[in-house]
This record gives sequence, C-alpha cells and structure tokens, in this order.
Amino acid sequence: MAKKKTDQDVLFSLGEQLKLRVEGRVISPEGRLNFEEAGNFTLLVPRIIRGRKLRHVQISLADIKQIDSAGVMALYHVQRTMARRRISVELVNTPVSVEEKMLLFTTKDQLPERLTVQGGFLERTGEVVHHFFSSYIFGFLLLASNIFYWSFADLFRSSARRKGEVVNQSVLIGVNAVPIVVFLSFVIGFVIALQSSGQLKSFGANIFVVDLVVISIMSQMGPLITAILIAGRSGSAIAAEIATMKVTAELDALKTMGLNPNRFVIVPKLYACMLTMPFLIVLANVAGMTGGGLAANLYLDITPEIFMNRMGDIMRNKDLFTALIKSQVYAALIVLTGSFYGLRVERGAEGVGRVTTVAVVVSITLVILADSILGIVFY
Amino acid sequence: MKKEKIIEVNDLYAAFDSLTVLSGVSFSAYQGEVTVILGGSGSGKTTLLKHLLGLYPIMGGRISILGKDLAQLREVEQVELYHKMGVLYQSGALLGSLTVAENVALPLSQHTKLPPELISDIVYMKLGLVNMAHAYHLYPSQLSGGMLKRAALARAIAMDPPLLFCDEPGAGLDPVSLESLDQLILNLKNQLGMSIVLVTHEVPSILRVANRIVFLDQGQVAFEGPLKEAMHSKHPAVSAFFSVLKNEHVRELVR
Ligand SMILES: Nc1ncnc2c1ncn2[C@@H]1O[C@H](COP(=O)(O)OP(=O)(O)O)[C@@H](O)[C@H]1O
Ligand SMILES: [Mg+2]
Repeated sequence: MAKKKTDQDVLFSLGEQLKLRVEGRVISPEGRLNFEEAGNFTLLVPRIIRGRKLRHVQISLADIKQIDSAGVMALYHVQRTMARRRISVELVNTPVSVEEKMLLFTTKDQLPERLTVQGGFLERTGEVVHHFFSSYIFGFLLLASNIFYWSFADLFRSSARRKGEVVNQSVLIGVNAVPIVVFLSFVIGFVIALQSSGQLKSFGANIFVVDLVVISIMSQMGPLITAILIAGRSGSAIAAEIATMKVTAELDALKTMGLNPNRFVIVPKLYACMLTMPFLIVLANVAGMTGGGLAANLYLDITPEIFMNRMGDIMRNKDLFTALIKSQVYAALIVLTGSFYGLRVERGAEGVGRVTTVAVVVSITLVILADSILGIVFY
Repeated sequence: MKKEKIIEVNDLYAAFDSLTVLSGVSFSAYQGEVTVILGGSGSGKTTLLKHLLGLYPIMGGRISILGKDLAQLREVEQVELYHKMGVLYQSGALLGSLTVAENVALPLSQHTKLPPELISDIVYMKLGLVNMAHAYHLYPSQLSGGMLKRAALARAIAMDPPLLFCDEPGAGLDPVSLESLDQLILNLKNQLGMSIVLVTHEVPSILRVANRIVFLDQGQVAFEGPLKEAMHSKHPAVSAFFSVLKNEHVRELVR
C-alpha cells in the first residue's frame, strides 16, 4: 500500500484497480470496488478512520467505476463495524449505477454471528480383455498418477487444502478404527499363542511361543489385519462417499466452481490414511503381542518378564521399517481403489451400493497381493 | 443494437451407449439475455447443459462459450472459463458435508482473499436474495427440494458470474417463491448484465423472464427465437406446449 502525500489530501492505492482519496473526513474510493479489492478496502478504511480519530465519516461513491456484490458488502461492513464504535459512516454522492447494485444486494435481516458389441468367441474374449485393460488398469493408473501428482504438489501448500479436512479424515479413517484394530489384534495374538501351546509343550519348547507370536504379529498379522480392517471400514466409506457425490452432481459442481475434485476430495483422504496407518499398525502390534503374552502366561507359564526379555532378543529393526513401507502401500491402495470405484458409479442410488461392495473386495484382494509381494521382497 | 454471441452451438451430437440424445443441435445465446431451453422431460436438456459446461467430451459438433472453442481448451483455460460461470444443477449438488452457508462460502474462500467476516456477510446477503437466510446453519439433508434449489442458486451467484446456468430452478417452488425467484433472475440480468441460460417448464416463469427460446424435441431444435415468435410457432411440439396459454389466465401476463 503506497501513500503519497499532497497538500491536504492523501491517496492510498489498494490494489491495481482501486485508490482511496482521503480529504478531511471524506473518503473517496476511485476505480473498481470488487471481489479483488473489497478485502483490502474493509481492512484499510477502518484503519484510516481510527488513525485520524474521525467521528463522522463520509464515503463518497461518485468515483466508483464498477462495484459488485463483494464491494457492496464491504461498504455495509465498514458501516456496521464502525457503528459499533459509535462512529458514523455516511455513504454520499451515490451514482445510479452504484445505487442499483446496492439495492439488489441488500441484507434485509440482521446479520448473524460469523461463520465459522457381439462377435465370435475370440472376438468377445479379446474385447473383454481389451476393455479390462483400457478401462480398469489404464483408468486406475491414470487416477493414481493424478492423485500422486496433487498430493506431492500440495504437500507444503496448505492454502490449497480445505481447512481441517486432513484432521477430519484422520479421525474418521484412523482414530475411529483404533478400538476394532486393537481388539482384533489382541484376539489373534492370543489365539496364535493358544493354538501352538499344545505342540510346544509336548516338545518342552515353551519359550519359543515368544518367537512365534512376535514374528508372526510383527512381520505379518499386525500390518495385514490393520489393512484389511481399514479396507473394510474406510475403503467402503470412501467409495460410497465419492459415488454419492458423483450421482448427486457434487463432483460436477466442484469442477464448474473451478476446483479439482481429485485434489479437493481424494487427496485429503490419502494424506489422512497414509498418516494414521503406521500408528494403527504399531497399536495392532502391541495389542497382538499383549494377547500372545497373556496366552503364554496362562497356558505355558511364561511370565511377562521372560516374555519381554525374549521379545527384545527377537525383535528386528527391519520389521519396523517394513511395517512402515507396508503401511504406505496399503494406505495408497485402499484410498485409490475406493476412489476409483466410487468414480465409476453408474447413475442412480443402487449403483452406489454396488461399487461400494466391489471396492471392498478389490481393495482387500490388492492388499493381500501386495502383502505377498512385499513379503517376498523384504524376506 | 446487435448483441454479442456468448454461446454458439453447432451441430452437436450426444449419445449414451446406444441411446442418441442430441442429433444435430444448433443454437446461439446472446449477451445480457435470458435464454430458456425448453423440451419434454428426457428430451436432453440437462445433457445439453452439461455439454455447455464441458463436463462431457464432445462426440460431434462444436460448442463455443465466450468465444472459446470448448474442444480446444487446455485444462487451465477451462478452469479460467469456470471462474466466469455459475451453475445451478438440477439436483442442487450442494456438498452434503458442509452447511448451506459453507457451501455458498466455498467459491469465495477458495478463489478470493476476502477476510472471513466479509465472506460471511456476502454469504448471508446472497442467501437473503433467495430468501434462505434462515437456513444458514442447516445441512443440505435438512432442506426441502425447493429450499435446496434456492440455496444452490445462492452458491451459483456467489461470485457474481457474468454467465449463469440454471437447470430447473423453479422445480419444487410454490408460486410466490417462484415469482420472487423470477424477479431475482431479472434483477441479475438487468442490473449485473448477467447472461442466463435457463432450463424450466414453468409457463409463468417463461413469460416473465425469457428473451429467447430454444425448444428441444427428438434430439433436435424444434424452434429457436424470441419468446413472442415461439408462441405462434407451427411446430406441433412447440404449439402443444404453448397451447396451455390459450386455456389459462396466464395469458394476460403476455403483454
Ligand atoms: N449419464 C447418463 N447415462 C445414460 N443415459 C443418460 C445419462 N444422462 C441422461 N441419460 C438419458 O438421456 C436422456 C436425456 O436426459 P436428460 O438430459 O437428463 O433429460 P432432461 O433434462 O431433458 O429431462 C434420457 O433418456 C436419459 O435417460
Ligand atoms: Mg433435466
């Protein structure tokens, strides 16, 4: 904001389109008072008024070349906020063009508190295969590349995100899943120890129950159970939400508002899932080993101290690292599969149910396939 | 005075799988006018509108909006074009996870740097324009059909777009609300110079607001021209539509 001092009046230039001339107690906006300039206007005018300790102010509208709804509201806004400080702001010299807009955009009521095809067999088979590749594999990869592009591009650009949406999604996807993940991991840890106890006892190899529980939970069951549960809970929810948004034209609406639906809807979910999954896996591991420890104590007379000691010997840092990698892969698979099927919904509400089911089945399958591949890679 | 063409559609073709919806649709819409798209239900009005919005790939023909050929637009140019348009969808399409006010605030907070208090004032005023200020804190699921439409209209005009598309804005409205909605549309046209494309079936509405009629029938334009001519059209579908006027009192409104 540049100031230029002449004899008795001062010219403030706000943006490219608007200047404010201040003479005595008359403030004259010159130029366009519109969506681009209204924000600065509402910030600067009260500052000028306070700076000069004015009690009665006139805003002369004669030199306004163009005004839109934001401009009109900016005028009213200044008037209202100043009235609260017992400063009167009078709008004077209103040209007809401005007055028309002011009449159109009036607030009648009190303003509230602020917002917070069919061929032979081969042809048909070929077509099915072609269709599968062109519409599924290709479509999936296209979506994945778009989502990854935006999630990297927006990583440090918080202004591009909807405020609080990542936190919101983290609660929905991660925090709310804690009870079920902990409970099921505990039960599975317990059952693994219990089922092996008979065999181990007959060989007098009681202590190896610790190896069994720790290795199976840490490197396999913990991450896998978590991922399957999240695929069931959130994969379906994501597919259903996106499918509903598509059916009700909400996604079209976002597009025509100039907002990228992938970026606006899917990226926050991806962030949230990738962020919370590692923590969920750690919780699942702890719960699973606690369950295993309890069964070992009850059926094999292994005290918690012995269990803990032996556990320390067996645990490998590598398992933590692989769990982290796995969590990111599973999270991406779940969110992308859910979104992909959500976006493929055919018109109508019953389509939503169908894609939701398919999304869950496919994401669980993909998670298990990825688990096998990663298991071989990190063996 | 010759008006500027803002929308020009040439020989547009559209189909879903084996169902041909539009076969050779051509028409124009002009700056500062209300262009009403008419047609029986299922005649492809919404489909046509969505093509104008660039939401479907163009299968045949040509569409140009504000002098830009839609098929030639790069993504950034399309987004730029979206900044000049407001859209009221047939379903309303308010985001279900946000309140009415947050929905209207969305374009404002995403595309401008206005302070939050001013945004909330603008939102309140825009909701007031459609008589929905009382629904400020409600969620879309808590609104009736007519209320949804009005809230969605508030969102469509949030940014004072020069070009407004409305898909059946009057559906579900009582006659009084309908009249005030029409008045709003006229105000937007007259005072902001907005160009408006309207899909509607409401005869009284058409008589009040329409400058130009585009009548869709069997995938083609059965009539295109000023409202007065439309009422005397010899095309069977068009004259059937306007024949209701001959029986109804609404006739008086014609003048
Ligand atoms: N996404 C779609 N997929 C398949 N058919 C569609 C789709 N959208 C519309 N149709 C069909 O196109 C025709 C025209 O629909 P629409 O444009 O919604 O009509 P209107 O808006 O005039 O009532 C209808 O027969 C409808 O069933
Ligand atoms: Mg329709």
